[in-house]
Amino acid sequence: MKKSLLMSVLLAATLAACSNNAVKDKPAAPVVDSNASTQAQSNAASSANDGASTAGANQDGASGNPLKDPNNILSKRSIYFDFDKDQVKAEYLPLVEAHAKYLVANPNAKVVLQGNADNRGSREYNLSLGQRRSVAVKKAVNLLGAQDKQIETVSYGEEKAGDCKDEACYQKDRRVDIVYDND
Amino acid sequence: MFKNRLFFIFLLLLPIVGRAELTVEVVGGAAQQIPIAIVPFAAPNGNPAIQQDNITNVIGADLRMSGLFRVLETRGVATQPHMISEVKYNDWTAIQAQALTIGTVEALPGNRIKVSFRLLDVLKQNQLLAMEFNITQAQQRATAHRIADMIYEKLTGEKGVFATRITYVNKENGRYSLQVADADGFNAQTVVSSKEPLISPSWSPDGTKLAYVSFEKKKPIIFVQSLVSGQRIVLANFKGNNSAPAWSPDGTKLAIVLTYSANSQIYVINADGTGLQQVSFSNGIDTEPEWSPDGSSIYFTSNRGGGPQIYRMPASGGDAKRITFEGSYNVSPHVSTDGKLLTFIKQTPAGFKVAVQDLATGQVQTLSDTSQDESPSFAPNGRMILYATSVGGKGSLAAVSVDGRVKQRLKDSGGDVREPSWGSVMN
Repeated sequence: MKKSLLMSVLLAATLAACSNNAVKDKPAAPVVDSNASTQAQSNAASSANDGASTAGANQDGASGNPLKDPNNILSKRSIYFDFDKDQVKAEYLPLVEAHAKYLVANPNAKVVLQGNADNRGSREYNLSLGQRRSVAVKKAVNLLGAQDKQIETVSYGEEKAGDCKDEACYQKDRRVDIVYDND
Repeated sequence: MFKNRLFFIFLLLLPIVGRAELTVEVVGGAAQQIPIAIVPFAAPNGNPAIQQDNITNVIGADLRMSGLFRVLETRGVATQPHMISEVKYNDWTAIQAQALTIGTVEALPGNRIKVSFRLLDVLKQNQLLAMEFNITQAQQRATAHRIADMIYEKLTGEKGVFATRITYVNKENGRYSLQVADADGFNAQTVVSSKEPLISPSWSPDGTKLAYVSFEKKKPIIFVQSLVSGQRIVLANFKGNNSAPAWSPDGTKLAIVLTYSANSQIYVINADGTGLQQVSFSNGIDTEPEWSPDGSSIYFTSNRGGGPQIYRMPASGGDAKRITFEGSYNVSPHVSTDGKLLTFIKQTPAGFKVAVQDLATGQVQTLSDTSQDESPSFAPNGRMILYATSVGGKGSLAAVSVDGRVKQRLKDSGGDVREPSWGSVMN
């Protein structure tokens, strides 16, 4: 038992380290600094994990992973937006709320909010728009108690958009995807 | 605080000759095209190193591509002069030529080549230009572009752009490659390639470097790469997005866009990555900075008033003045080298189109007949605007003259082409 707890702590630390490498958010580029901060954050992550091991146990319980359960709202991961807008529409608030609650209940859980735009207009403007969309979702999740360190935002602009010609297709690309660390 | 350490990476990929090449197709033309005859240059027989047909053909193709010239068929003409003493002007007035180009190509010792050409005014029966070039074998195509530039300038009064280069991103088989090619699409070379998107290439004013945005680290960061050595530096890799690089006209600084956590804002940074300074401060998106040719101001896209519009502010920051007022979505500003015209993408009921605005009068004209246009940039002489569009579901490049009369399609043999930018320096 003790051994498996230790394993899960190590796993969480590894995940934290991985995520930190994947989404680099240091002002300066050097690899050396990045390693140093990974070290510091890993320590923080493992101590935080010690305190929250119950939440981790719940997550791994017999009920299965709620994030993957198709009957659970948490399995829904995309929030859609109107053209050139970054407001989270009312119909997506229950979805945002559910993920916020999950993050509050699982302080070690981390998400990346990936903002996207449809392929019309300017690539650079769409990159900025995707960023604002991801930040709009982050703010909503923050308001409901999730912590900054649990949430990364990133924008792909229109770079992941489909080859669309009509509104039905465009609207699928104007979205923020909620991607968990361990997805 | 914003000390940006630079690291140098040597790219093994440079130079690779790109597989795909662009070919240019011209639609429409100027109201009055100058009829010109180009006699194939004389050359010694049986020297495979000399491409005299190629030289003559490239000159003709360049002039035709501009839309300002009608290149006449010369094969049926009785005389085929190469020296000025051989010219019988009546033969050329008979086919209504106004200008005539003749020339010779000779082999010189040491694998060098001499190209001589003359431009003659058929109506006045006098010589307008005469020039000799002593070149290497590899410079024949470039020399043809130079000759076309000289003819173009002599007969239209504007600088030619045939010897300039363009850059663009080609997406093919799930790979993105940043390419540099001659203005006619030939000699495409890959500058960098990646599985992740590459966007927003920007030429340094001296044409020796490109700044661009790469997602290779799973987020947008800005690189500056030498086209001479292939060496590159990370210009900006701050928290959040790093994008939209634009060189200052003196080449010492770049305007860039950073988000840190939320809003895209404009910063100015030295070309070596030092001295970061924020210059725009708004609650909305500020992006796509573009320097005025005198370096005193920065044009940019902002949605501070609701939808995206184009604004101008002092390059050191300060009050921004709104520039575009027609329509609810105007993005991607680029200023002509004389500072008089602004081109941008305007959302119209018929789609996203290249538009041009006279900065003195505010008058706007929509130019393109395509509907998914992006990234317009002026040719160095300000006559044509190069942009990206979609044809048959595939990204391709197109160009339109500032009066809307001449339209060119640059067809790529394979990939999905986007993000073009026209360099300002002659080869």
